Amino acid sequence: MKVAKTANEAFAEAMRQINPDVVAAYPITPATEIVQIFSQFVADGLVKTEFIAVESEHSAMSACIGASASGARTMTGTSSQGLALMWEMLYIASALRLPIIMAVVNRALSAPINIHCDHSDTLGARDSGWIQIYSENVQETYDNVIQAVRIAEHPDVRLPVMVTTDGFILSHCLETMDMLTDEEVKEFVGEPPERENLLKSAREDKPITIGALDLQDYYFEHKRQQAEAMKNALKVIPEIGKEFGEKFGRSYGFFENYRLDDAEVGIVVMGSTAGTGKEVVDEMRKKGKKVGLLKLRIFRPFPFNQISQALSHLKVVGVMDRADGVNSYCGPLFPEICTSLYDLPERPKVVDFIYGLGGRDIKKSDIEGIFNDLLKIAETGKKEFNLKYIGVRE
Amino acid sequence: MEKKEGWKTLPEGDILEGGSSLKFKTGNWRSSKPIHHPEKCINCLLCWIYCPDGAIKVKDGKIEGIDYDYCKGCGICAHECPKDAIEMVIEKGMEK
Repeated sequence: MKVAKTANEAFAEAMRQINPDVVAAYPITPATEIVQIFSQFVADGLVKTEFIAVESEHSAMSACIGASASGARTMTGTSSQGLALMWEMLYIASALRLPIIMAVVNRALSAPINIHCDHSDTLGARDSGWIQIYSENVQETYDNVIQAVRIAEHPDVRLPVMVTTDGFILSHCLETMDMLTDEEVKEFVGEPPERENLLKSAREDKPITIGALDLQDYYFEHKRQQAEAMKNALKVIPEIGKEFGEKFGRSYGFFENYRLDDAEVGIVVMGSTAGTGKEVVDEMRKKGKKVGLLKLRIFRPFPFNQISQALSHLKVVGVMDRADGVNSYCGPLFPEICTSLYDLPERPKVVDFIYGLGGRDIKKSDIEGIFNDLLKIAETGKKEFNLKYIGVRE
Repeated sequence: MEKKEGWKTLPEGDILEGGSSLKFKTGNWRSSKPIHHPEKCINCLLCWIYCPDGAIKVKDGKIEGIDYDYCKGCGICAHECPKDAIEMVIEKGMEK
């Protein structure tokens, strides 16, 4: 059914259709609406969810961990400082292998305090062991949440998933999207796979310990298991994306190649800027410029080999980073892309563009300028810079 | 030697049966040992209240002795005892 929704509304509707056992959350701009709308669904009796209003995001994630550890399907939502306050618990959720689903509305981290979009919040959580799925528009935000449940709960994975959307640009932007029926979602997500250790505990009426002290003798083995689970997610994510496509007509993989196969230069981009980028690609293609775009959807696990393959034929790659590493040389996405290309016998030149911090607009002319920079490098074979800031006043 | 499981067979996510700390005997952490002298003891149970490891054995309101499987030798019981009924003695091999 075609409906007009903002990404926050789409998140909330998807949560209603998923009908989780527990939602624990604390409000924060621009993610507040997600749980606000959802709490109305709870009050109206449209879901069976136990809704826990907590006193901070640290508590929200702690409550989610407790709920998920007991076998409850658990969801939450946050943004920026809220995600930062969850930090300690993020690592615990993933290491205890709890398939919590979190809607994250990307917002810049303080200071200076700012409520608008960049990716510094979730990219900062890159090593927390959470799967990270980025969305280009409202439709993808909705579709990604529904798939996230299946990915997180898959017995070979059992890791928490954050599904992100761009703060205000998508969270508060009405777009036409295709909403599935409640029945379709219910059938697609199904019941959570049973966890033998929880069942055994219930059957035998014996308590279990979760997250016990793990010293030199066992910690490493448990971390190795977690690493393997993330590797398994590389297999599961495209399977679920394909199944979703077969059922509902929209297939998903690790990334989308947009006019990249015969391109000479290309950009790598995440989130809503991919939409603007595609417009620019089309316009420049009309002028005969061989440009393309790779929209990265799955940042964790990082599809290392697949990215290497998709970009290998290019002369120049421009990485668009919506966060700064504040490390004297690049944003967080740049080194990941460079590393994936390093072992190629002939590799593209790579440059980084940091843009859009704190919600600064990224215009079509900005992206055209980026492509022109890449084309110039392709033509001359010389990089005059490794990093360029886009749209900042000198 | 206890055989330790590798990552492929270890139960996932650090989930264990409950009460596993009973199997983790911490008595060998001790460098000095509390000795209970029943003739001085008035069974006020202050040592039982203060012991952070639950290592004071009590039955029917009376101190029965000390559980050396778990006592780490912190000496809090001896410090709190109003009647000097608990004496700390350096463990064998721990002398200067």
